[in-house]
Amino acid sequence: MTKWRATVRVWLKPSVFDPQGHAVLQALASLGHDGVEQVRIGKSIELTVAADNRDEAEAKVRRACEELLCNPVMETYAVHVEEGAQ
Amino acid sequence: MRWAVIVFPGSNCDEDAALAIDRVLGDPVDLVWHDRSDLSAYDAIILPGGFSYGDYLRSGAIARFAPAIAGVRAAVQRGALVLGICNGFQVLTEAGLLPGALLVNDHLQFRCELAELRVENAETPFTLDYAPGARIRIPIAHRDGRYHADAATLSQLQRERRAVLRYVQNPNGSAQDIAAVLGANGRILGLMPHPERAVAEWMRSTDGARMFTSMHRYVEQQGASLAASAEGVGRLG
Amino acid sequence: MAEVRVQTKAAAGTSGQPTPQEIREQRRYLELGLTEAEYERVCERLGRLPNYVEAGLFGVLWSEHCSYKSSKIHLRKFPTSGPQVLQGPGENAGVVDVGGGLAVAFKMESHNHPSAVEPYQGAATGVGGILRDVFTMGARPIAFLDSLRFGPLTDDRTRYLFANVVAGIGGYGNCVGIPTVGGETVFDESYRHNPLVNAMCVGVLEADKMAKGAARGVGNPVFVVGARTGRDGIHGATFASAEDPTEKERSAVQVGDPFLGKLLMEACLELIATGAVVGIQDMGAAGLTSSSAEMAARAGGGLELDLDRVPVREEGMTPYEMMLSESQERMLVVMEKGREELAFSILCKWGLEVAEIGRVTGDGRLRLRFAGEVVADVPVAALVDEAPVYDRPADAKYVQPGLTVAKPEPAAGDADAWAQYLLTLLAHPSIADKRWVYRQYDTSVRTATQVGPGSDAAVVRLPGAERAVALATDGNGRYVYLNPRRGGAIAVAEAARNLVASGAKPLAITDCLNFGNPEKPAVMRQFIDAVEGMAEACRALDTPVVSGNVSFYNESQGQDIFPTPVVGALGVIEDLAHVTESAFCTADSAIVLVGPIDSALDGSLFWQLLAGQPAGDAPPLDLALERRVQDLVQSLIRTGRVRSAHDVSDGGLAVALTEMAIAGGVGAEVTLPVTPRDALERAGLLFSEAQSRILLEVDGASAEVIVQEAAQAGVPALVLGKTGGDAVIIGGDDGVWLTLPLASARAAYEGALPQAMRAPSARGEADA
Repeated sequence: MTKWRATVRVWLKPSVFDPQGHAVLQALASLGHDGVEQVRIGKSIELTVAADNRDEAEAKVRRACEELLCNPVMETYAVHVEEGAQ
Repeated sequence: MRWAVIVFPGSNCDEDAALAIDRVLGDPVDLVWHDRSDLSAYDAIILPGGFSYGDYLRSGAIARFAPAIAGVRAAVQRGALVLGICNGFQVLTEAGLLPGALLVNDHLQFRCELAELRVENAETPFTLDYAPGARIRIPIAHRDGRYHADAATLSQLQRERRAVLRYVQNPNGSAQDIAAVLGANGRILGLMPHPERAVAEWMRSTDGARMFTSMHRYVEQQGASLAASAEGVGRLG
Repeated sequence: MAEVRVQTKAAAGTSGQPTPQEIREQRRYLELGLTEAEYERVCERLGRLPNYVEAGLFGVLWSEHCSYKSSKIHLRKFPTSGPQVLQGPGENAGVVDVGGGLAVAFKMESHNHPSAVEPYQGAATGVGGILRDVFTMGARPIAFLDSLRFGPLTDDRTRYLFANVVAGIGGYGNCVGIPTVGGETVFDESYRHNPLVNAMCVGVLEADKMAKGAARGVGNPVFVVGARTGRDGIHGATFASAEDPTEKERSAVQVGDPFLGKLLMEACLELIATGAVVGIQDMGAAGLTSSSAEMAARAGGGLELDLDRVPVREEGMTPYEMMLSESQERMLVVMEKGREELAFSILCKWGLEVAEIGRVTGDGRLRLRFAGEVVADVPVAALVDEAPVYDRPADAKYVQPGLTVAKPEPAAGDADAWAQYLLTLLAHPSIADKRWVYRQYDTSVRTATQVGPGSDAAVVRLPGAERAVALATDGNGRYVYLNPRRGGAIAVAEAARNLVASGAKPLAITDCLNFGNPEKPAVMRQFIDAVEGMAEACRALDTPVVSGNVSFYNESQGQDIFPTPVVGALGVIEDLAHVTESAFCTADSAIVLVGPIDSALDGSLFWQLLAGQPAGDAPPLDLALERRVQDLVQSLIRTGRVRSAHDVSDGGLAVALTEMAIAGGVGAEVTLPVTPRDALERAGLLFSEAQSRILLEVDGASAEVIVQEAAQAGVPALVLGKTGGDAVIIGGDDGVWLTLPLASARAAYEGALPQAMRAPSARGEADA
């Protein structure tokens, strides 16, 4: 089996208020960073997965997302898989 | 009646809940370790406050896989009452036993204070002993207490009177000021406030006690009515 | 001594480290924290040159932080014993008998430097560390208090530090489920670059079940329990003893894991209860080095550790790194031989990692093995008991800086102007309502907090007993700066007075002595005088010092902080009916001032605000009178005639009275039996911080009797007026001086901190 390096990004659904992103947006504005219109803060989760191929690796990671890493009531996620351990 | 308080690694209001049951009712109450799935001995189960598994990843996200949660599902089927307080409420939403989710407070801070609440439905097993519309005071202590649900769920909760308690002054940005949510079957309640911290005059409020007396009265009546119907005498009103 | 077989050549895990000869020739011991004289002393004691690991052990254990080398000879002046003391200084925490078969373990510790660098983690790990110090005594922690000092809130970085320190304290304390019930927060220019974060933990145990941190019993196994060892915080202890923390390597930041801390607490308490634990200690500052050496020293024995068995988080860690790592949430435990399985099953239940890493020996040496070699072999006594002791030079006499400051005179304004002075004081962040802070702390978990933050002292009920402990922290750096001896005494007196005003009998204190650079003779003088003043007050009030901590080098850019000894005081309330708060209970009560009428503005916040710096001497204090006042108020409260009580402190009589009124939602009208000569005297009567004064709310019928009883006890007392109405009205024989509507007072008092923290911040509060 090959080792795969997966990165899962989890963030709040667009409909859910993100107070942390809101605070950072205001801070950026007060620091004079013009033109920043929106900030959304999420998590990045890195996993090393053993699988025969990329599809299998991604499927494993997606199952982990559905069951634990992401709460679909408020969050959404994206998975990126590449070859090689961390 | 017999009570269980489930203890997860990181629970920290487990003993408070057990103490409150004892103080208010004197009913037998067991602290039950999370690895136990057989909860058939209990009429009511409390998922206590705290930081189960450090609240890492998301509050309540890991605890919901504990064998005790399987036990809770079975107990609900059987007719037992389940009360999730604070972290317990978070666990119940993560487990899908209650709708919605609890997000970080809109001000991003932990908030501990005596909160004023309105009893929106006094006909649930958890609120029988409150007057309808009563204003009560129960402490809150949480960082992730902002109740969120989609519009359809919120209107369903409204329609079915399942937003049992609302904050008089919203302390965390919860949708529709919701502080407590009743499950569809009417036997599960999740709430962010801590009723176990409001059961004596010196705690500055005794308003939490009636939640426990309500549950006790409901269970005793159920028992009586079950016994009565078993004898074919008819049901209690 | 047997032939030295300690490795002196490069071996596994030590490549790249200097040889003993290089350490000497290149003076590498300096970077390990040893002076030349100290290094020579190590060589002499060992009879050979120390290798890198050994020199590192001496470097941290002989650091100021671990050895107290600059303070030791002065700390001996503290009274540390008494019938109530079950364990004095020298253990992980002090233990005091509170009656009813119960004892209380408590200690306060500073985490100033880590908090200046990384405020959230610095504060959080400070709380975690003091928590472990208390539960290692076998005590179930029941309360935290925090004493904090910051610069002015108008400063951007100060707001960032303040917000994150508070969040860090809450982040750890809330998660472990111990209520934070009190403390203080003071803001002054002096702390701008060097904030103070002092955390206190209090635990309860059965009086005859104390655990100790001694590695006894030759052959008993030694375990590391909890987190794995990583490279974090290496040299934290020496770092705490250096100037300008921000310029030091930031890799010294340690990260706390409160979840693991909670599991560790539960597991250790369960383990200790089995009776199979011989000794237990937190691996705090200087990690495995200090915990192993101190445990061996307390038992008068030795330890042999096999470092290959230490569970590590990173690969390729050297013995040096393992010994000095300050990874959090680790305990060193000595078990009774043959009962290890018990430990394994309990630790397994809590999901904790445990590794047997060595055993107790009888030869008095700390011997470390790694990769088949002995990498260090040194006498325990040399590391711990024979650490250098310095009688650092001190100025012959302290030059009191406030005596040369022109004494500011307030303008003789109308009643509105006087009300404005009062409002300004109420809105000063040091006096203002601290709800913004403590609503971020879980104050009521464990359902035993009868009086939480905001009153004179916190009151926490003891489990299974109809009694409670009262807890308070106090320390006014301004007073100590103006007059170290009297300021030190006031810190103790005021902390004890806060307990008394809450209905308690003071029993003992812990302390954090926060000072500047002890290598400066002026700072050393402050330290010596303050310690002597504290000792004097401890003797006068029968409150021995049972634990504590010294934090030197609180300076930045050559500026020392105000010398700030902080006192954490413990008292007992044997009858819960005597619990007293500082909020007015009802209208039409009489208000009695116990203690002298005084108009000295020395050391007052009022004068500091007017002069822009502390002015005059420290406020007046007479310890004999203080004792009489405290004894009297204790006995008055026990007769049930006292409805509320409040210590007169920052901002004086006017502020104390207004605080009682705001807290109770009941106004007050008082008349002082004086006609002031001028505006200065009037200001003094209102805002003097003269000591030994407590305001009492009593029923009208009792007031005169109480005044007579006070006279018999040799205490001045006076009926000042009565409660009621919706304003605070203060006057003298010449008429009303000021009228302040309660609503305005409340707005100023409660609004100050939230307003200051709403100020636009370039750093954002997102990381809070």
